[in-house]
Amino acid sequence: MQRSLYISPDKCTGCLQCEMACSFEHEGTFNPAKSRIKVFTFHSEGRFVPYTCTQCDEAWCKSACPTEAISLDAATGAKMVNDALCVGCKVCTIACPFGTINYNSVTGKVIKCDLCGGDPACAKACPTQAITYIDAEGTGYDRMRAWASRTDNQSAARA
Amino acid sequence: MRHVIIGAGPAGVTAAETLRKQDPAAEVVLIGDEPEPAYSRMAIPYYLSNKIGERGTYLRHDPDHLDKLGIGQIQSRVTRVDSAAKQLQLAGADPVGFDRLLLATGSNPIKPPIQGLDQPGVHHCWTLEDARNIVKYAAPGSRVVLMGAGFIGCIIMEALVARGVKLTVVEMGDRMVPRMMDQASGNLIKQWCLNKGVDVHTSTRVLGIEAGRNGGTRFRLACEPVDDIDADLVVVAAGVKPATGYLEGSGIEIGQGVVVNDFLESSVPGIYAAGDTCEGMDWGTGQRAVHAIQPVAAETGRTAALNMCGQPTRHHGSMAMNVLDTLGLISVSYGQWMGVDGGDEVHRLDESAYRYIKLQFQEDRLVGAITLGMTEHVGVLRGLIQTRLPLGRWKQHLMEDPTRIMEAYLGATQMTVG
Repeated sequence: MQRSLYISPDKCTGCLQCEMACSFEHEGTFNPAKSRIKVFTFHSEGRFVPYTCTQCDEAWCKSACPTEAISLDAATGAKMVNDALCVGCKVCTIACPFGTINYNSVTGKVIKCDLCGGDPACAKACPTQAITYIDAEGTGYDRMRAWASRTDNQSAARA
Repeated sequence: MRHVIIGAGPAGVTAAETLRKQDPAAEVVLIGDEPEPAYSRMAIPYYLSNKIGERGTYLRHDPDHLDKLGIGQIQSRVTRVDSAAKQLQLAGADPVGFDRLLLATGSNPIKPPIQGLDQPGVHHCWTLEDARNIVKYAAPGSRVVLMGAGFIGCIIMEALVARGVKLTVVEMGDRMVPRMMDQASGNLIKQWCLNKGVDVHTSTRVLGIEAGRNGGTRFRLACEPVDDIDADLVVVAAGVKPATGYLEGSGIEIGQGVVVNDFLESSVPGIYAAGDTCEGMDWGTGQRAVHAIQPVAAETGRTAALNMCGQPTRHHGSMAMNVLDTLGLISVSYGQWMGVDGGDEVHRLDESAYRYIKLQFQEDRLVGAITLGMTEHVGVLRGLIQTRLPLGRWKQHLMEDPTRIMEAYLGATQMTVG
């Protein structure tokens, strides 16, 4: 059974442990600015929304890539960036309608959530279970999927 | 069933793969006129800057990829399409018949009506062969003139500067990247380039290119209204247009490109078009348009292939979207960034930080955007435009502060009150 990140914004306290964990896992430094998961703050509501790639079926990033640098990890379902093949053209960053693949000007490559190979550091670090890594079936994840399908010309092409 | 695809770029290769997958019994033939394996023109700037070798530009990295799929390949140029006889004439090779045909011949660079373009040292930047020529002439310390500050001109500036050349840019328009950026952002990109030591002349024309005299540079460019400019290499980047010359006499309706219906079929049944070659629907404006960009090439290649193998699949149109890196300054434009009648516009400009964002609305929906200096979450602009999501009260928040785009996106999609 493939698993996915399931985010419950109502449980998020805005502690940013997920950002710290992500940045440490991928960049070796505790720097939220380098995190692939971001917590957005809605000050007027006192509400926090963690946000990252949903590993959508459409894989807009993958199909837009001109150098075959993004591939599917069959075990986790993650769309993976191969740094050796990424030329840094950024086409995926404007093709992804979720804005969850971004350009890193330091490395000249794009970065995105890779589910840490199946053991996501953000979920482990979250003290309130606002981020969990659970079976993909039967989660509110479908809501994001539905949203993906509304960005419709590519999904419609997948008969 | 014999499917023939003309053009081995992203649209053609994606179509070939899709046809093979959907119709395993059919014959699939891919015709390309360049000697290299299918490659990506998008990657050429990174080849020019030595970040990758030629192999790094290849669309598929397994050299036997197409062979393994059983896709026939012919290296030749199609000179004529006989729609009635369902036959293609090739330059120096036997004719090829087809049952279904895909026109995926991409674009050709525009050759401005200027004397002196046909000489070694004056090159477009479009093919790998062009790129090799540019590498050959762009020696450290040489003088290079870039004719045109459009997308291609801008994206290769970094590679040219990194090669240690003395670079001068001549652009006819009144700002840089005029087809993608508005006045404020186009001017800011110009200022950025000037600060990096590049000479930029906007609102300037090249009148002719003369071979230089002994001892000096290879060329002298007569310009208006500025003085003559010396050059060892001239890169002509004056835009591209759909490659349709070979379709003369085919009876296929041509506008800017090959006019297609919602199923990407041309005016001749059984003949389809995809990628830069096709003129389909801009779903934002409802007008026909050519969107010569990588994501559209892949999408239309896949959709055309599905229709070719008998799976009626509607293409819902495409939108203009571009991301450009000009000497490290990243700019993005989407959709109707120039605005729409009766719409609302908001922008925020920080000239000293080279940051800019402009949003265009129709009622409470985003229809276009420009950003400069932004690399985080820019894709949500596409999501908002393409889903036509009503922003509700978030529109007013954005009119007050357009930089809150990510909050607005989450607010409007994830049930926060706003």
